[in-house]
Amino acid sequence: MAAQTIRVNVDLLENLMTMVSELVLTRNQLLQILRSQKDSEFAAPLQRLNHVTSELQEGVMKTRMQPIGNAWAKLPRLVRDLAHELGKKIDLQMLGADTELDRQVLELIKDPLTHMVRNSADHGLETGADRQRSGKSETGRVTLNAYHEGGHIIIEISDDGRGLDIEKIKQKAVQNGLATEAELTTMSDQQIQQFIMKPGFSTAARVTSVSGRGVGMDVVKTNIEKIGGTIEMKSTKGKGSTFIIKIPLTLAIVSALIVECAGERFAIPQISVVELVRAASDSEHTIERLKGTPVLRLRNRLLPLVSLQSLLRLDREDGANDDETFIVVTQVGTYTFGIMVDRVFDTEEIVVKPVAPILRHIEMFSGNTILGDGSVIMILDPNGIASASGEITISEGGRGETTAVQTARQDDRMALLLFMAGGGAPKAVPLSLVARLEDVDMASIELSNGQPVVQYRGKLMPLVPIDPAFERHNEGRQPVLVFADGDRSMGLIVDEILDIVEEKLVVQLAADRPGYMGSAIIAGKATDVLDAGHYLTRAYKDWFGSSSSESFEEERAHRVLLVDDSPFFRNLLTPLLSVAGYSVTTVESANEALNLCEAGESFDVIVSDIEMPGMSGLEFAQAVRNGSRWQDTPLVALSSHASARDLDRGRQAGFDDYVAKFDRDALLYTLAQTLSEHRGAA
Amino acid sequence: MSNAKLPAKRGKTEETIVSGSQDFVTMTIADQMFGIPVLQVQDVLGHQRITRIPLAPPEVAGSLNLRGRIVTAIDVRLRLGLPARPKDKPKMSIVVDLRGELYSLIVDSVGEVLSLSSEDFERNPATLDIRWREVSTGIYRLNNQLMVVLDVSRLLNFANMEAA
Repeated sequence: MAAQTIRVNVDLLENLMTMVSELVLTRNQLLQILRSQKDSEFAAPLQRLNHVTSELQEGVMKTRMQPIGNAWAKLPRLVRDLAHELGKKIDLQMLGADTELDRQVLELIKDPLTHMVRNSADHGLETGADRQRSGKSETGRVTLNAYHEGGHIIIEISDDGRGLDIEKIKQKAVQNGLATEAELTTMSDQQIQQFIMKPGFSTAARVTSVSGRGVGMDVVKTNIEKIGGTIEMKSTKGKGSTFIIKIPLTLAIVSALIVECAGERFAIPQISVVELVRAASDSEHTIERLKGTPVLRLRNRLLPLVSLQSLLRLDREDGANDDETFIVVTQVGTYTFGIMVDRVFDTEEIVVKPVAPILRHIEMFSGNTILGDGSVIMILDPNGIASASGEITISEGGRGETTAVQTARQDDRMALLLFMAGGGAPKAVPLSLVARLEDVDMASIELSNGQPVVQYRGKLMPLVPIDPAFERHNEGRQPVLVFADGDRSMGLIVDEILDIVEEKLVVQLAADRPGYMGSAIIAGKATDVLDAGHYLTRAYKDWFGSSSSESFEEERAHRVLLVDDSPFFRNLLTPLLSVAGYSVTTVESANEALNLCEAGESFDVIVSDIEMPGMSGLEFAQAVRNGSRWQDTPLVALSSHASARDLDRGRQAGFDDYVAKFDRDALLYTLAQTLSEHRGAA
Repeated sequence: MSNAKLPAKRGKTEETIVSGSQDFVTMTIADQMFGIPVLQVQDVLGHQRITRIPLAPPEVAGSLNLRGRIVTAIDVRLRLGLPARPKDKPKMSIVVDLRGELYSLIVDSVGEVLSLSSEDFERNPATLDIRWREVSTGIYRLNNQLMVVLDVSRLLNFANMEAA
């Protein structure tokens, strides 16, 4: 008998899928028209078209479906090898291997799944001897279970091993500075377990039994969230852990809730919607406000609320009904919050289409689509909303989780050190610039060459007071911010250190006072933002005689072109690089940089931001590398994302190196390195 | 609708000046005549229902549905630094293709297609408004008025435009 299967190019199937999606939309449009016209002669044929289209859609979807078992095929072997290697007895059970899901989704979850099974076998299960001691059977069990549930696929990975050790996670969280002891005591076990999903949580000390457990869990989580899925975790000490992954059946069509806010309609993917609550003055739920922040009492818990209207800066419509608000309770990971909207419509099956390139920087949207009535609608991204609603995320119910989301997504937030000095408003400086905080005994301050210095780690460190009226006392201790550069350091004397906050720094008023960059609202207060560069040069010029030191002698004449759209970073990096002996030219955009190129300027090295409006850093690199006059000039990328993948993308675009935005030491080192390498090569 | 053929139309912009005669779709914005090479134009639309996009740059008027494809609408008036269109004034759109994405350029009205000889072409006067100079490849001298040639890719390359 001839073979009953044929091979078909995947592109063909993809194409077919897109076409059918369009057909479905057209059908929806027709049905909409039909509904408004009674007794149309088109009714019967349209009904038939409707059925045929639905079946066609189902059929085409099926061609893309593959049993999840395909992704599991290699797991028995992997577990057998692991068992051998670790000297454990492991029994791998796979249930629901014939559960089908979209091949695109399948490809994307393959690696995370493998990783998690390996984790369970390696770190979750104890050794045979340990197991017998705690009264379990010698053979450990890892179970994979896949099944459909309401348009989603659920995959459970569970083991009957030792479970997560809360105490050890707590210890590590404190060690890694993710939370303080005080914060930990207010957290539930569930919240504490979430720490293992944090980037780099356990890489520090792999030797402890709990640590390896979290390796790469943040990557797993990111990958799953990328395809619109969620991951949950349950663990009982001594009994084992279960990870529950919930992913959509297909990426092409998602079910979405249509809501309205300030006269505009938006779609919210159904997968993240938990429930809908109507809040009105006459209903049992009312919105209460804590210092202006809306919250809702929901089953004895406070639910933080986000106003879609203010988040998207929509204008309030005249005559809008303020008494009634609908709250879409949304879950991102384990963090639950409510999105306030004016009206809620139906759910609709929508085909997600990417937004135009000029709109891709707006985090709030994951795509757009065309509704049955033919209008275009934006699809909200719950992840983006969760991270954009920064302030409210520090709340009960998901602290660990949200901070993780923030670190992953909030690239323009930075840690700021707040302190008081010389009266007036609080002052702030990016924490990344500060090497250390010290408490200096005033009695130990000496005068050298008319300047206050202190002996610090075997060297003399110049001290600069921020307050010009600062007078040296002979007793007491004073907090000092230590800025270090290479092996030199200087101390900035302040009055009091207030806090460290993580905020988006927007300098609102430019300062005309030297030493300040301007004012910004930080932690709800007007705060002066310190121009660290000013004080650095002050200390170095006064103290080292010139603006360069021996270590940079050779590079002194090197010309650096700095491309960054943010005035803040230009202001921050320019003094820094000049102090290090570079001659710095700054431009605001890649286009300006290319104009300089055409104008015949030349530089020894170009440092460019990646995320810029207009031409991005990657495009810029390609343009430079693609036969421009600067094609041999080394390029260093500056970015807040510095994962291995970004690095790769940067390299492909033509960057020689990649530096995280706030890491000045790395920047200086990389510049020196790149230049010397380049000289070596030339 | 097939978009497989579209990329072939790209890259014409740079050559507009060289060849002997060129066809342009003309349009008017605030009583000034503009032209776009006819090969770059996909469609001409009348009034359309446009979905606003919150947080987008001001020049982005929103997005609309063109036979199942989502098209980003750009208000050319704002892009050229002209005052916003009075509400009651009718508007028309020209749909263009840039790197496989469709954009709808909202203008006051769309005129005819003109075939213009390169003898009437001139580079931008040095004194032209910088915003216009940025997006224009040059000027055609017509009998009774001047026509500004718009470069679609530069017109769409405005602040906040990310890598395509």
